Amino acid sequence: MNKKPQRDIKTIVNASLARRHAAERRFRWYGLIAISLGLVFVVLMFANIISQGYSAFWQTYIELPIHFDSAVIDPEGHRDPHVLENADYAALIRASLRAQFPHVEGRRNLRDLYNLVSSNAPFRLRSQVLDNPEIIGTEQSIRMLASATVDTFVKGNIDRHIDESLRSIKNQEIAWVDQLQASGQLKQRFNTILFSKGDSREPEQAGIRGALMGSFYTLVVTFLLSFPIGVATAVYLEEFAPKNRWTDLIEVNINNLAAVPSIVFGLLGLAVFINFFGLPRSAPLVGGLVLSLMTLPVIIIAGRAALTSVPPSIREAALGMGASKLQMVGHHVLPLAIPGMLTGAIIGMARALGESAPLLMIGMVAFIADVPGSFTDPATVLPVQIYLWADLPERAFVERTSAAIMVLLAFMILMNGLAIILRKRFERRW
Amino acid sequence: MNTTTIEVQTTLDSTPSPSIRETSLSSAQIIGYDHQQTVGRITVDNPKMVCRDVNVYYAKKCALKQVSLDIGTNEVISFIGPSGCGKSTFLRCLNRMNDTIPICRVTGEIKLDQDDIYDKSIDVVQLRARVGMVFQKPNPFPKSIYENVAYGPRIHGMVNGKAEMDELVHESLERAGLLKEVESRMNEPGTSLSGGQQQRLCIARAIAVNPEVILMDEPCSALDPIATAKIEELIDELRENYTIVIVTHSMQQAARVSQRTAYFHLGNLIEIGETDQIFTNPRHKLTEDYITGRFG
Repeated sequence: MNKKPQRDIKTIVNASLARRHAAERRFRWYGLIAISLGLVFVVLMFANIISQGYSAFWQTYIELPIHFDSAVIDPEGHRDPHVLENADYAALIRASLRAQFPHVEGRRNLRDLYNLVSSNAPFRLRSQVLDNPEIIGTEQSIRMLASATVDTFVKGNIDRHIDESLRSIKNQEIAWVDQLQASGQLKQRFNTILFSKGDSREPEQAGIRGALMGSFYTLVVTFLLSFPIGVATAVYLEEFAPKNRWTDLIEVNINNLAAVPSIVFGLLGLAVFINFFGLPRSAPLVGGLVLSLMTLPVIIIAGRAALTSVPPSIREAALGMGASKLQMVGHHVLPLAIPGMLTGAIIGMARALGESAPLLMIGMVAFIADVPGSFTDPATVLPVQIYLWADLPERAFVERTSAAIMVLLAFMILMNGLAIILRKRFERRW
Repeated sequence: MNTTTIEVQTTLDSTPSPSIRETSLSSAQIIGYDHQQTVGRITVDNPKMVCRDVNVYYAKKCALKQVSLDIGTNEVISFIGPSGCGKSTFLRCLNRMNDTIPICRVTGEIKLDQDDIYDKSIDVVQLRARVGMVFQKPNPFPKSIYENVAYGPRIHGMVNGKAEMDELVHESLERAGLLKEVESRMNEPGTSLSGGQQQRLCIARAIAVNPEVILMDEPCSALDPIATAKIEELIDELRENYTIVIVTHSMQQAARVSQRTAYFHLGNLIEIGETDQIFTNPRHKLTEDYITGRFG
């Protein structure tokens, strides 16, 4: 028999207890530190983006009294639309600015003065005249887009105290702006252009509408392709396919595809869809095709997980009633799995929305000023727009980049929120 | 019930016979094969189902060995035995639910009336409409009570129109003794009912397609005694119109509801006989040990 002195179980346990508690406390601390670090980075990221981008939602306008001089617009007085269209509206603005600042002289100085107003201002005047020819001959107070430099200065993003040669706005320009501001002719308004216009070389005229529509068309194609195909694949693999070496191989490949770098899908899209099938470059159609390739594995994996989570008792119940396999899946399993599948699909779509690399390969990185109107129009997408703007040096583009990121993030949060709501809403208990 | 008797296989043979092993197996890889002769009369006069030499293999493991048994028309027959004895496996052979398990293989012959149910010409859909099943855990569809019962008739196209369906649903619920309790809430989900009610809903769902045989796999194991009593009462009533095969862990239940009882042990059908006889005068040592509570 064992002759060792029997130690009391109480003392043995107590001896190790302190160590166990310490280990647990330590682990809690690790967790807390990890979470706080994560939160700090998220807050930093948001703070950085918002502090840089919030000003892009406002835009400076200059209000000038414009005399719609009939001698300039319509010297012959026929109100011929063709004549009205081709009139020199910039001259009206120039005249108005000269009237405001009568002491400015010299070609170069005058050009600086004229550049206070955005280059698209004459077009605004033209459309106003074409809409309402009655205003010819009258004097109207017209609100015009300020140039990006003025806008940036007014928003306080250019330091007036540094040396003139180091800043993009000259001393005399600052003086003019100050004068306009003093007379209340500078107005800050909500930047509708950001949401209503396509890309532009002039920051004050650049918007994300084109990229948003491009993203929308691309995602429509992606969803229409990847969701039905993904669901069908998941159902077939999970419910119908025999379990053998081939299906194992397919499963491994699908899991691998989910981890393939997205740029590879872009190369594939370039080679297959554009070079082989001859589909148009830069088109949301091709972008959608490429992104569906990328989203498919995600949807298939989520779909299969959703299907396996349907309890086998439901399947047995249906089969026991004499339902065929398709009826079992269609009537019972799929309705229970669809919320999970939709959640997976939405998360996949959110990923596709944020994807830029594969789209660079198929030409969606081009400068496209028009808002796309169909699936085959040249377009770009929001993340690529961000990439393009992030490359540009103007301060006005920097803030627009951040604003575009905010819009993108808002859509992401919206989509992920939708996924959570769907999951909560349609989650069934059995 | 069974007047004319054909006594088959009354010898007790507890050691595996080498001759059987050699003659009935094509593959030497089969493991766990030790067949025992069945004690008692396996046949009945007017059989609903006739099973002969049924073997079930899960991959290479033999789970059911040479089971031969008749199931009489409008009788309640219960299968008892310790866990893993093959009683549920055998039950699931009767409506081919084992088909859903890819590694499962069934040999032998099972006839429903005159049709060999494992014949290629028999569609499982048709078979399962004729042989309904009630499972161990109540498993109503996560749909309304009405839809649960209406589902079978709908997929089989048994009724024309809403009125006929309403009638059939009500009738089935009535026969399952559930109508009074659910009449006012037909559109509530079936899963909102209590466990016993859910199980009766499953029975109503099964009888809505008017099957010939109802298989019950431990239908009361998840239920409390009161709900169990109700189900047993129901089984007794259903016997008039249906043939019922019930697997149960409760010997008292087998004694209460069934006319014949089959005792399974390690994949063998050890003994079959009138329920009274099995419980009062078992002829096989294993049966006796089991029902007297020496194991199981």
